[in-house]
Amino acid sequence: MIPAGFDYHAPATLSEAVALLSRYGEGAKVLSGGQSLLPLLKLRLGHAEHLVDIGRIPGLEYIKEEGGMLRIGGRTRESALEQSELIRGRYPILYDTVRVIADPLVRNLATVGGNLAHGDPGNDHPATMLALGAQVVAVGPSGERVIPIDKFFLGLFTTALQPDEILTEIRVPSPPPRSGGAYVKLERKVGDYATAAAAAQVTLGANGAFDHVGLALTNVGPTPVRSQDAEDALIGKRPTDAVIAEAARRAADASSPTPDRRGSVEYKRDMARVLAGRALKQAVQRAGGQ
Amino acid sequence: MATHKITVTVNGAAREADVESRLLLVHLLRESFRLTGTHIGCDTTHCGACTVLLDGQPVKSCTVLAVQADGREVSTVEGLERDGKLHPVQEGFWEKHGLQCGYCTPGMLMTGCALLARTKEPSEQDIREAISGNLCRCTGYVNIVQAIQYAAAKLRER
Repeated sequence: MIPAGFDYHAPATLSEAVALLSRYGEGAKVLSGGQSLLPLLKLRLGHAEHLVDIGRIPGLEYIKEEGGMLRIGGRTRESALEQSELIRGRYPILYDTVRVIADPLVRNLATVGGNLAHGDPGNDHPATMLALGAQVVAVGPSGERVIPIDKFFLGLFTTALQPDEILTEIRVPSPPPRSGGAYVKLERKVGDYATAAAAAQVTLGANGAFDHVGLALTNVGPTPVRSQDAEDALIGKRPTDAVIAEAARRAADASSPTPDRRGSVEYKRDMARVLAGRALKQAVQRAGGQ
Repeated sequence: MATHKITVTVNGAAREADVESRLLLVHLLRESFRLTGTHIGCDTTHCGACTVLLDGQPVKSCTVLAVQADGREVSTVEGLERDGKLHPVQEGFWEKHGLQCGYCTPGMLMTGCALLARTKEPSEQDIREAISGNLCRCTGYVNIVQAIQYAAAKLRER
């Protein structure tokens, strides 16, 4: 399959890239790793007059902890995240997530920023970033703005990014002591989108009760689904089986899956419940709780 | 639509081409450079038959634009053999019968080479994970895993 014709641009700087996006507006698409965009163009499910390749702009690939925050450059490849000792040691939820994104060959090109900016509810980083309370940095013609992840996913394949904005960085607050996180995905085979998946990030208080919880689901709605209701049900309570089961039920209630070859609405919602419970338990364990 | 003049180092030799923006790397290799060892399988980023090394990393060449490879290094299955001698990974596939129809083989070989460039002693699990983006519909992977293990042992002897 061959995509319909387009013009390709490889700007050397971010400002050049933004200028190109401003000039071509809705007709332009940002090419990051290309692992979602190129298949869409080949299948002719998507269309672009201009591709603006940000792959030749230096300084967009990094993973570092700085100022109480994890900073991930927007064009950081998934494979770099996977190989990072910092991620493996300090952000196990991100390590869980990156290991189940597509397959190792795709992860050599796919980027973290692209995974978010694509706005696909089947992608794995969105739920994890919701659970982590991340922020997204976007650069456009009038400079930089920081978008809380809760305000980022607006609908199916639709994010808060404007056509002339580029996602340059993801910021994740460094977890306080007694924190843990986990991402649990049900997939039919390596490389498949989730039938359902759950991301949980928790912090326990000195008494062992939940101090902070982020809980979100993948591919069971038009956007990744964060469940405030489930999070509220946990705060101040100790992580017993009954408490976690109730929160998992509430999280599944917040989902609105559609039936497809991966399963019926009922099946997916029930899997969301099971996976939310497992993610919470694993997160609690990693936080040093029971 | 403008074309782009690109230079790609393929198996160690610089090669030039005038390409349309939309030309895929796999088509550049197969049609412009006549290197048909790299196969096109699913064409939808699933099967890995088109795997080549881009700056040493295995990638699916059906999901890379030729123009993105400008100024970079590409290694294909044609570059594995040296002085009439098979690469240890190729030898492994021969010795351990790591193929039946051969369709996935070029991709498997490239992924296997990249793994062994990174890890001297991969476990069976490491190998299975490394090739999880390469589909084989004939053998069921057992012999492919053994072939890569054979190559790993050969390379350690060097």
